[in-house]
Amino acid sequence: MANPWPDNGLLTLVWFVLCILAVMLPVVLAVAFVIYFDRKIWAAMQLRRGPNVVGPFGILQSFADGIKLVLKETVVPASANKGVFFIAPVLTFVLAMVAWAVIPWGYINGVKLVISDINVGILYLFAISSLGVYGIIMSGWASNSRYPFLGGLRSAAQMVSYEVSIGFVLITVLLCVGSLNLSDIIEAQRNMWFFIPLFPMFIIFLISALAETNRPPFDLPEAEAELVAGYQVEYSSMTFAMFWLGEYANILLMCAMISILFFGGWLPPFAFLDFIPGPIWLILKIAVFFFVFSWVKAAVPRYRYDQLMRLGWKVFLPISLGAVVVVSGFLVAFDLLPNKG
Amino acid sequence: MQGLLAEYLPILLFLGVATAFSLIMIGAAVLVARQNPDPAKLAAYECGFDAFGDSRGQFDVRFYLVAILFIIFDLEVAFLFPWAISLGGIGLFGFWSMMIFLGVLTVGFVYEWKKGALEWE
Repeated sequence: MANPWPDNGLLTLVWFVLCILAVMLPVVLAVAFVIYFDRKIWAAMQLRRGPNVVGPFGILQSFADGIKLVLKETVVPASANKGVFFIAPVLTFVLAMVAWAVIPWGYINGVKLVISDINVGILYLFAISSLGVYGIIMSGWASNSRYPFLGGLRSAAQMVSYEVSIGFVLITVLLCVGSLNLSDIIEAQRNMWFFIPLFPMFIIFLISALAETNRPPFDLPEAEAELVAGYQVEYSSMTFAMFWLGEYANILLMCAMISILFFGGWLPPFAFLDFIPGPIWLILKIAVFFFVFSWVKAAVPRYRYDQLMRLGWKVFLPISLGAVVVVSGFLVAFDLLPNKG
Repeated sequence: MQGLLAEYLPILLFLGVATAFSLIMIGAAVLVARQNPDPAKLAAYECGFDAFGDSRGQFDVRFYLVAILFIIFDLEVAFLFPWAISLGGIGLFGFWSMMIFLGVLTVGFVYEWKKGALEWE
């Protein structure tokens, strides 16, 4: 965002911190409501009511849960590695937040709303979401307990497996754009959103995003029927809340990435709807994809671990690798590449 | 160079703000709630039984194998990023170089598959 005091170092820092809070606090608040909506949608699909006691329609449920968690004792297992035990939830939360720094929210009065419009935006997002696995594997190791250990192992293997296909899908999008900047990726979709030409890639990305964020049907790391809660078993109070905030912020981030890569980010679906500002479009798209995530959670049974690994390595990896060859071959053959030298 | 690095300053600040936020939240919970630990509460959770043995025992070697395969393919993706951006400038020569590289990797992938490195039962 434009800095009103470019010459004054201290005021510039204050301005940046204000911008950061303007993104981070809404994301944390959104997570609170999104957890509520998740439970509500899930309940509705099972013909239950869901949370309906705290506040009108139970809308304050997440805040009640949050206050309850603050007032709970922070239990640190005697056998745990204390330092790593506390670093893990902080790391999960910080990584889930920091990724939002490069998400462009569109223009208002000609000012681009983005904290840091770096030219390697998508690479940065890819790197940050890869680091997310550390929070989980550290918590699994530091707890020094069987369930978290198994959950952490499973989760690490699952996340790295699907990350490879996410990487290849990103490559196919980048081939069509010719830039790593997120705003450029969105501008390249002015004529046609990428989910039309790259529809199979969109499906692979959506399913891999479910696996990457440990959502059902790929929630094996926290499979409550066998591992109780996986890597979170030994966590309580705010350390547990940090995992939850981080997890849901990551889900929202994946929804934002799907919107930006395949559904035109802040662009309206039709040009005549241009009068509605960009941020509203992006938030709407994120909400729609979050609904899809919730819907899948309610509708699909959990995968077995061998099925999960087979899908990742034997189906998605060959298809997405092939897609890189096909898309690049198509663009080269018909001379459609951007950035011609 | 100055301008390039200046773009990353907000990200650094964001790191600081997010870390401070989470530390304050966790610290507040530790201060506000009454801490009343006892040995049974602090024992590792194993469905109510006393934990037997070390939890960090042996585990399936396949997890290790998956990690190694991941490194190979993630490096490949890292190679593909700059290639995908500059493909318009490097022309057919660049295109076929990468196709040969992908071909070599595919041979390795087929070998792993045939060897059963991707099987879980």
